[in-house]
Amino acid sequence: MNQQPSQSAARPAPPPGNRAIVTIIGPDRVGIIAGIANVLAEANANIIDISQSVLREFFAMIMVVDLERATIPFDALRERLQTKGRELAVQVSIQREDIFKVMHRI
Amino acid sequence: MEYANFSAEEILETINMVRFERLDIRTVTVGISLLDCTGDTAAQVCDRVYDKITRIAGNLRRVSEEIASEFGIPIVNNRIAVTPVALIAGRFARDEIVQVAQALDRAADSIGIDFIGGLSAHVEKGIGESDTRLLTALPEALAETRRVCASVNVASTRAGINMDAIATMGQTIKRIAERTAAESSIGCAKLVTFCNAVEDNPFMAGAYHGIGEPECVVNVGISGPGVVLRALADAGDVDFGTLASIIRRAAFKIARAGELIGRTAAQRLAIPFGIIDLSLAPTPAAGDSVARVLEAMGLARVGTHGSTAALALLNDAVKKGGAMASSHVGGLSGAFIPLSEDEGMIAAAERGEITLDKLEAMTAVCSVGLDMIPVPGDTPAETLAAIIADEAAIGVINKKTTAVRLIPAANKTVGDWVDFGGLLGRAPIIPVNRNSSQRFIRRGGRIPAPLQALTN
Repeated sequence: MNQQPSQSAARPAPPPGNRAIVTIIGPDRVGIIAGIANVLAEANANIIDISQSVLREFFAMIMVVDLERATIPFDALRERLQTKGRELAVQVSIQREDIFKVMHRI
Repeated sequence: MEYANFSAEEILETINMVRFERLDIRTVTVGISLLDCTGDTAAQVCDRVYDKITRIAGNLRRVSEEIASEFGIPIVNNRIAVTPVALIAGRFARDEIVQVAQALDRAADSIGIDFIGGLSAHVEKGIGESDTRLLTALPEALAETRRVCASVNVASTRAGINMDAIATMGQTIKRIAERTAAESSIGCAKLVTFCNAVEDNPFMAGAYHGIGEPECVVNVGISGPGVVLRALADAGDVDFGTLASIIRRAAFKIARAGELIGRTAAQRLAIPFGIIDLSLAPTPAAGDSVARVLEAMGLARVGTHGSTAALALLNDAVKKGGAMASSHVGGLSGAFIPLSEDEGMIAAAERGEITLDKLEAMTAVCSVGLDMIPVPGDTPAETLAAIIADEAAIGVINKKTTAVRLIPAANKTVGDWVDFGGLLGRAPIIPVNRNSSQRFIRRGGRIPAPLQALTN
């Protein structure tokens, strides 16, 4: 889990509007990003940025995801992510980007 | 995180607020006009009321769940506020008004919401015949329904204080307490006696859909004492200017989240967005207490000297931060200090360290009044009325909303506990002054409206 921000940083950003933030919180271990990225890929949700940080004593991995071409509804994607999260013993949440925009930008 | 427009720290701050600090949207309340639901018979009115509420708000719960899931912020309650029932059913007999209340209860039940407000009357200047019938119906209506909430406005800065109405409320509250004695007199927890009631308040039990409101509207009540508490705890011993600034920042973020959720709900329900109510609303859960925020400012226990000043600072800073966050702020908008719904207040009451007198003083600087306070079951109706009159006087003179929600718990006395469960909480019964106010209350008439000039 020591990835640098992804290579996709070189591409132009997709239009805002249908983006979500995926947050993974839990003890650090091998395979977490791979597992979550796999669920996103199956749903055709494009990861456009990844970073990691620390929330209290846990690792926190954050992905910015473009849902423009997603093949399943938001709710279904959330459920799949959470199921995968349980397998990996981490907490996964997905939230529309707007909530962060309004709370942290005027 | 260059594509995110905000930093990882900011994302985690939001996640932290929800996960550890109990940030939530306290209520999404849909206001619905029932003015077109009048009819010749009570049965007709009941049908129209039920049909209209279930038609307009049938999706409310589903939409709220959807939004909470997408934005990752819990929406705790979905509620309905309707036109004051005295206006649409006041011509019917007492038992027919009870039937209308039951129709509201069925509608609330059918769309899966916990409370519906609007069994209400406005009597600040005088009690009309419709109002009398509604007031007489209140004990039975509140005993026979689970989800219906009532409110009566007895005073306003422009009309003064209707002491006749207040005397009637003292007796009505006693009757409700007796009728719901088996459940800790819970009926009284569903009745608010107001001064300067507002038409767009989304919070229960005092929500109703005022006649100046549109056909229907979405109002949102935010919460977040936990977020403010954490911000203050992290800040340490800063001076008051810094303290106010920290609270303003937290309130801004909470209010912005509330507005986004309100606007999204309005859009998906195809109902206009009304206001966001910037109240800090506590719950009995640990870490969700306004009392604890005051204690975090440096008071050993809420209720001690300094509590009023601390609350004044908190209330003002929340409004300033929130007002910056949204163009449409309304409702009650201030910190609530209920007794049984606030973990820190309950703890203080258990040790006998918060008194009715101190709570009354604190209501002069915040929203909304003496709220959810259990008092001995043998408290005379005139004493209840006098407590209401004191609170109304604070509201009238300070041009603000005040309210009273007292629970004279039948067959219980100081030291006994009442337990309502859920958000209504639990609390020990606290003492009232035992000296009589009877002669004062029995004078009757109105206390004149105050001068609006010569304000020193």
